[in-house]
Amino acid sequence: MKTIIFKTASTYLLPLLILFSVFILLRGHYLPGGGFVGGLIASIAFIIHSFANGLEKTKTIIKFHPGFLMPIGLAIALLSGAAPLLIGQSLMTGLWFDEPIAVIGMVGSALFFDTGVYLVVIGVTLTIIFTITETI
Amino acid sequence: MELLLVILIGLLYAAGIYMMLRRSMVKLILGLILLGNGANMLIFLLGRIVKGKPPIIDSAEKMFTEIYADPVPQALILTAIVISFGLQSFAIILVKRAYKITDTDDLDELNTTDEIYE
Amino acid sequence: MNNPYIVLPVLFQLFTAVLLLFFWFRVNTQRLITIICSLTSVGIAIWLFSEVYNNGILTMQAGEWKAPFGITFVADIFSSTMVLLTSISGMAVAIFATGSIRNARLKFGFFPILNFLLMGLHGAFLTGDIFNLYVWFEIIIIASFVLITIGGEKAQIEGAMKYVTMNLLASAIFLTAIAILYGMAGSLNMADLSGQVAQIENRGLVNVVAILFLVGFGIKSAIFPLYFWLPASYHTPPPAISAIFGGLLTKVGVYALLRIFTLIFIPDEFLSNLLIVMAALTILSGGLGAILQVNMRKIFSYLIVCHIGFMIAGLGIYTELAILGAIFYLIHDIVVKTNLFLISGLIFKLKGTLNIEKLGGIYKKYPKYALLIAISLFSLVGIPPLSGFWAKIFLIQGGYQEGQYTLIGFILLGSFLTLWVIAKLWSEVFWKESVDLPKKINVKYFSELVPFKQWVMIIPIVFLTIITLYIGLAAEHIIILSKQISYELMNPSVYIEAVLGTQIETP
Repeated sequence: MKTIIFKTASTYLLPLLILFSVFILLRGHYLPGGGFVGGLIASIAFIIHSFANGLEKTKTIIKFHPGFLMPIGLAIALLSGAAPLLIGQSLMTGLWFDEPIAVIGMVGSALFFDTGVYLVVIGVTLTIIFTITETI
Repeated sequence: MELLLVILIGLLYAAGIYMMLRRSMVKLILGLILLGNGANMLIFLLGRIVKGKPPIIDSAEKMFTEIYADPVPQALILTAIVISFGLQSFAIILVKRAYKITDTDDLDELNTTDEIYE
Repeated sequence: MNNPYIVLPVLFQLFTAVLLLFFWFRVNTQRLITIICSLTSVGIAIWLFSEVYNNGILTMQAGEWKAPFGITFVADIFSSTMVLLTSISGMAVAIFATGSIRNARLKFGFFPILNFLLMGLHGAFLTGDIFNLYVWFEIIIIASFVLITIGGEKAQIEGAMKYVTMNLLASAIFLTAIAILYGMAGSLNMADLSGQVAQIENRGLVNVVAILFLVGFGIKSAIFPLYFWLPASYHTPPPAISAIFGGLLTKVGVYALLRIFTLIFIPDEFLSNLLIVMAALTILSGGLGAILQVNMRKIFSYLIVCHIGFMIAGLGIYTELAILGAIFYLIHDIVVKTNLFLISGLIFKLKGTLNIEKLGGIYKKYPKYALLIAISLFSLVGIPPLSGFWAKIFLIQGGYQEGQYTLIGFILLGSFLTLWVIAKLWSEVFWKESVDLPKKINVKYFSELVPFKQWVMIIPIVFLTIITLYIGLAAEHIIILSKQISYELMNPSVYIEAVLGTQIETP
């Protein structure tokens, strides 16, 4: 698409949407949101950018193949899910730090799990969309 | 509300199965998508639709005494949607590959693997 | 008893898959990791099996949410046996694949996806929650979709279209069944459902749901009117992939049928008659289909269908003895079917074709391999004292006690058809004078492979053959095991008690 408005808007939308996706990721434990939705929003940011500027430009922004996010995300999710096993509790039991961290608030293993999901979703969605776009 | 949903679910299932019985590959995928949506709506309906009664109780009470909105169906639907998202995107890519390789959209042409002598 | 470590088989497969994903392009590293990790996973499965065998049913509540509200994982003796068999076949296939699958396919992530598939299988066997079972089934099918299309040849894509469509349809039916079940019983925990469903007064609706489950799992396990996708697709991917499909994927459907129809829906007369009719027709159609085919892997595909019928027959007769037969057959079938597809891969590498009319002379040229292959082929037929024989004895005895003489006739007919097919295959492939086949350019023959690759193709076949011999010659161990499994299946109160942690009055 070659409209100037869309192209200009996409440049500003990219950082905004990514910031918004992180916000959605962090509020996800008690309020609507979470890793899956956040990941989708973040990948929509890149997809809008690729619609406006072409796939090549978006790829130069991301720098590496988005599929690489999948193993990283899976590893984070696996580690945070399996962490309670180390202290003899069941899989995916929530473990929490005692003190809240500034800005983010209370941090528990659920947050790391959600971060893993967030990365996997970005990786999967972008890989699928890029593959379809490339082969058209 | 329930009646509307029942009719809608019936329509989705009927349309899905009708589309799957066509011979076109694209319609096949559309049929599968409709069928999946019908199943999701069915979970939503059968979880009993209750408005404005969150499943929260006083700390003094031990169990629910009145009807409440069940959160489980929503979790089930969310999971089912995520799964069908992955499956459908795979199916679409597969149909595209199949169209490129066999050069046809007609499912009846895909019969070489059923032949005894290939 | 609560034991949080029973999910280790699942987690370890996920760990292996993630580790392999990090080495996406380094094929040789992937080979090494696969061999080490698949051996370790067998070790974990043996640990789980011995733990369950000694301590009884173990449970794990994910996130410490008590049953029936959270997701429960249950390792009873049936699931842990299936996990053990899965990891044994998985190991054999993974090691075979390090030698037989081409680098081009490995670069598309064959090994990680194989491990995701095995993770799904372990999860499906260990879960005690019906929606969680659905999720594991979806993981299995999405991994199998990728495996069946990997490489992208024309036949593969055509076979995959049928495979994908039928499996997606089965999932939709399965999901519909879960929806209605949840609406009726208000629970998803299988042990809890057992009690809830028994109390529902609207028996008609319960039967409808039971039939929906039967159709959904029936498509996956290839029962009579629903099996046509199987012979159309299982011979298209590379042999290692066919082996894992043929050995395990249909058996998950059988496992789910055995579990659901002994725990949640106790078959009434209509349902058991339906199961018996379906079993008989499955045996007949699979056997007749196998006679007609000339492609070796298609013959084996039809034999899968035929032998699924035996297990469903055991479920249909529904006595402890018949279920014992079905379980024994399940154990024997997983090992033998995996091995047969691996053997077909070996023969393809030796000769460059799988058309039995063109093959020949293997006995003369490779007598040792012929002997090795003969053990698997004959135990498939059920020649005493090899493994298939014992299972059929119990099935026939179970049927005789219940007066199911027609079904016994079909089981004997099925064995006879299998014997015919295998005898034909033996004389065509092994004893017939060999014809000189034109050399194919795009096939890498066995003699051209490096010795490492030759060894990794032979060792899994030898290993699985030894297990087949063990099942046949040390049948009393397997009989004791199957007896315990069938006792637990027919008396689900032990299972329910272990999961819900309460005393349940036996009806």
